[in-house]
Amino acid sequence: MPATHSFQQRKHSQRRYVISGIVVVVAAIYVLKIFIMQVVSDKYKMLSDSNVRRVVTIYPARGLIFDRKGRKLVANEEAYDLMVIPRQVKNLDTAELCRLLEIDRRTFEVRMKKAKDFSRYKASPFIEQIDKKTYGFLQEKMYKFSGFFVQNRTLRKYPYPVAAHTLGYVGEVNPTEMAVDPYYKMGDYIGKSGIEKFYEPVLRGIKGEKIVLVDVFNREKGSFENGKYDKPQKPGLDLETSLDLDLQLLGEKLLQNKRGSIVAIEPSTGEILAIVSSPSYDPNLLVGRVRGVNFNKLSQDPLKPLFNRATQATYSPGSTFKLINALVGLQTGAITRDSRFSCQGKSSVPIACSHSHYSPLELIGAIEQSCNPYFWGVFRTTLQKTSEGNIHKGYDIWRNHVMSMGFGQTFETDIPNQARGNIPSGNYYDRYFGVKGWNSLTIRSLAIGQGEILVTPLQLANQAVVIANRGFYYPPHVVRKINGVPTKYPRKQSTIDPKHFDTVIEGMYEVFQGASGTARWYRLEGIDACGKTGTVQNPHGKDHSLFIAFAPAQNPTIAIAVVVENAGFGATWAVPIASLMMEQYLTGKVTRTDLLERMTNANLL
Amino acid sequence: MKSRDRFTTSFAQADRMLLWIYFILTLVGWFNIYSAVYDETHHSIFDMQVNYGRQLVWIITAYVLLAIIMLTDAKFFSTFAYIIYFATLALLVAVIFVGKEVSGSKSWIQYGAFQLQPAEFAKLSTSLALAAWLGNIKRRFEDFSTQWVAYLMVGVPAVLILAQKETGSALLFASFVLVFYREGMSGLILILGMVSVALFVLALLIDKYILIGLIGSALLVVGYHLRSKRKKVTLWLVATFFVSSAFVFSVDYVFENILQPHQKTRINVLLGKEVDLKGAGYNVHQSMIAIGSGGFWGKGYMKGTQTKYNYVPEQSTDFIFCTIGEEWGFVGSLIIIALYVVLIFRLMQLAERQRSVFSRIYGYCVAAIFFAHMAINIGMTIGLLPVIGIPLPFLSYGGSSLWAFTLLLFVFVKLDSHRHELV
Repeated sequence: MPATHSFQQRKHSQRRYVISGIVVVVAAIYVLKIFIMQVVSDKYKMLSDSNVRRVVTIYPARGLIFDRKGRKLVANEEAYDLMVIPRQVKNLDTAELCRLLEIDRRTFEVRMKKAKDFSRYKASPFIEQIDKKTYGFLQEKMYKFSGFFVQNRTLRKYPYPVAAHTLGYVGEVNPTEMAVDPYYKMGDYIGKSGIEKFYEPVLRGIKGEKIVLVDVFNREKGSFENGKYDKPQKPGLDLETSLDLDLQLLGEKLLQNKRGSIVAIEPSTGEILAIVSSPSYDPNLLVGRVRGVNFNKLSQDPLKPLFNRATQATYSPGSTFKLINALVGLQTGAITRDSRFSCQGKSSVPIACSHSHYSPLELIGAIEQSCNPYFWGVFRTTLQKTSEGNIHKGYDIWRNHVMSMGFGQTFETDIPNQARGNIPSGNYYDRYFGVKGWNSLTIRSLAIGQGEILVTPLQLANQAVVIANRGFYYPPHVVRKINGVPTKYPRKQSTIDPKHFDTVIEGMYEVFQGASGTARWYRLEGIDACGKTGTVQNPHGKDHSLFIAFAPAQNPTIAIAVVVENAGFGATWAVPIASLMMEQYLTGKVTRTDLLERMTNANLL
Repeated sequence: MKSRDRFTTSFAQADRMLLWIYFILTLVGWFNIYSAVYDETHHSIFDMQVNYGRQLVWIITAYVLLAIIMLTDAKFFSTFAYIIYFATLALLVAVIFVGKEVSGSKSWIQYGAFQLQPAEFAKLSTSLALAAWLGNIKRRFEDFSTQWVAYLMVGVPAVLILAQKETGSALLFASFVLVFYREGMSGLILILGMVSVALFVLALLIDKYILIGLIGSALLVVGYHLRSKRKKVTLWLVATFFVSSAFVFSVDYVFENILQPHQKTRINVLLGKEVDLKGAGYNVHQSMIAIGSGGFWGKGYMKGTQTKYNYVPEQSTDFIFCTIGEEWGFVGSLIIIALYVVLIFRLMQLAERQRSVFSRIYGYCVAAIFFAHMAINIGMTIGLLPVIGIPLPFLSYGGSSLWAFTLLLFVFVKLDSHRHELV
């Protein structure tokens, strides 16, 4: 081997340390970088988790709602929401997705933006309530749409389209509701009105959570750590309402094409048997994707179908209020059942009488005949008796008695949107007329239930309950059992002695049974019903027709109030409707089919 | 000698450490391919429909291959070096015309069911030819002609491979610079190479005029401190300034006109000038998530969620290191890198003890090629280098690359086992 060669070899062999140095430096940089990535930084662990872990919310089935005989009023239906996690959307075939979902590109972009505005990392609903068919198509192509997945949901369904106002509806939470209760997340449903709203915490149950692992094709690959971090859902509880489906159906049928309401209550418990407000709407209209459109339509309808007349509308009670005046008169000792007040018919002052009858009448006859001058006498005498020279004090005593029967206030129960009505206070008249500027004559309209006084149909029905019960009531309510456990309400005692009710009931009995009773044409075969008509003057059109009743006279099982707006005399419309309702409830059927047909077909709109 | 004796003596002389590292890496590779590809629907580990099943076949045939090499006469390689080299060049030219196009590059020769990527074997042939050329005792590296023929021997296959659009494999031929350096190439060229890479990156990152200003100022400072040797230094500094300025301005041209669009994007993504998590940046981003989420001890074998659920593309080939990083964590990554470093060091150590220059140069070629593969591949998966699709030796899935690496290594093991003879 030549010397030069071996010299060269030796000469440059030192360079192997430079090369080794380069190798070591590169390896060290890599190890350092890997150390930072794997041990120092958390960033990649989080990204890894968000890549593969998906939290799937398990929505519990919302509690069902039944009528008093166990018939389903509100049911659930499977629905599917298409959810999106914007960050995971990649290589999306927008055209195909739009075609499957039957939406246009513009809608797609708007919804995508909404989802991105909510969060890029969290799931939010992209399209809600996909029907089963679309879901089927979509399911097959799901692997193409990474970042999207389907979430099972339940929607409300109403097998019988009744009691829309009372049952209420369910809708997506709005930002305000989410702010109030952090339980709710975007896209969740919440009871928006009616008992759906009142019993929301009971009905909704508790959402569960499941963590699943997904691969890059968006396919579920199993649960995360064997479901260690999953939270089970708790189903919502079922409600049993006190509504009687047959009675409710009949009531809605009778009031079709009329403005008005019917409230029927079981006197011994305060359970509402039927609550009808007309015009109404099919509750199925406010379910799912069509809700928004339909809600707008309904809210712009001049007939105001969304307005719950049974609890929100207030009327002057008219002649039905004469019963209250009679009771207060009896309680204060201002009158007895034999007290008489003269009537000059149409020429009576200060209030004329529209009926012709003998005069003077005693209390029972006055109730039967609904004599205006008689009750003016009762009212005047009562206030004289209670005032002892101070009209304000006397009026307050009268007012307290009236309010003890449930007027001028809302009932603390599950019935939503109750109007308070109005029993004016003494202070109100002081302000209006001056402190000494008024007396019984000034406020004489109250004697016959006109003037400032306002009541709701619900309060009218409760009046029938108080009288039927001879002095007490349970606040009227719709739900009687939650998950089989009865609801409890306090018994309310009126300030009127039970014995006075018998006198008034005798008069109400004559309204049906008396030869000249205002409801005599609609007596019930074999049932002793008691009632009182009212015809309320209405400055905006024809008089409102009112009627309250209960039956049977002894141990009554149904008390009812019927209001038909712009219908004229109470006896013409409200009485037959109430009569048919009581027949249905007490006998389980309607035999007067001609009457039923006439009432059903009448159009008073 | 009977062939059986020859076989046993060959192995008795073979370097134990290289053998161990080779077997460990091929087996680790197979286990990781199994984990990366594993799907509950396929149960048999010998299933030929999936990568791990096929890789097992490749590994077994590679072992057969290495046995054949150990049985070959050690003189065969130096004797036939040029023939092998030119045969490879012929194949590289042929593939441009008759090659089968696979994902954008025309680099495969297909004959029936048999597929071969000549570029993988070009590294071996070039190493042999280079060793033969420089190992000839009549030549001195300092001679101008010797050097330039050596550069051409590396340059020609590199250009042919570039013509097949296999930029990564072509780039790899730059690793021979380390061999030349060892054999006496001026260290200045190495430094110049590094400086030009730095300048290239800087020119893409910052304004060219500011960069030239900075270079000028730096040279002024250098000039001030070396002012005693005034004249000569001034000339050099002025020349350096103009050359580097010209280089800086040419970067734009090279970047815009010579690189392909996807390569530009890859570089821009790496330099942070472009954020593209769906396109070019996706692979690297997912790869970094997979490795970064591994933690210190890793998620455990077969428990890597990113790799198992296919978030990382090409995870059994170019991105196999992700599976290691995710499932074996920092400890596993460290061990793998350490294995490569030990492999490279051992190769250099053995090369230095060769009596034959041919064997030494060949040994350095093998070390340089393994180093370049390891550095480029791992650098890519951890986001330090742009995406360059070259395999990780012995770990990545693929028959051609496994065979080529096996040949590359065991030719040296064979040469080393005969180091006391003159080959």
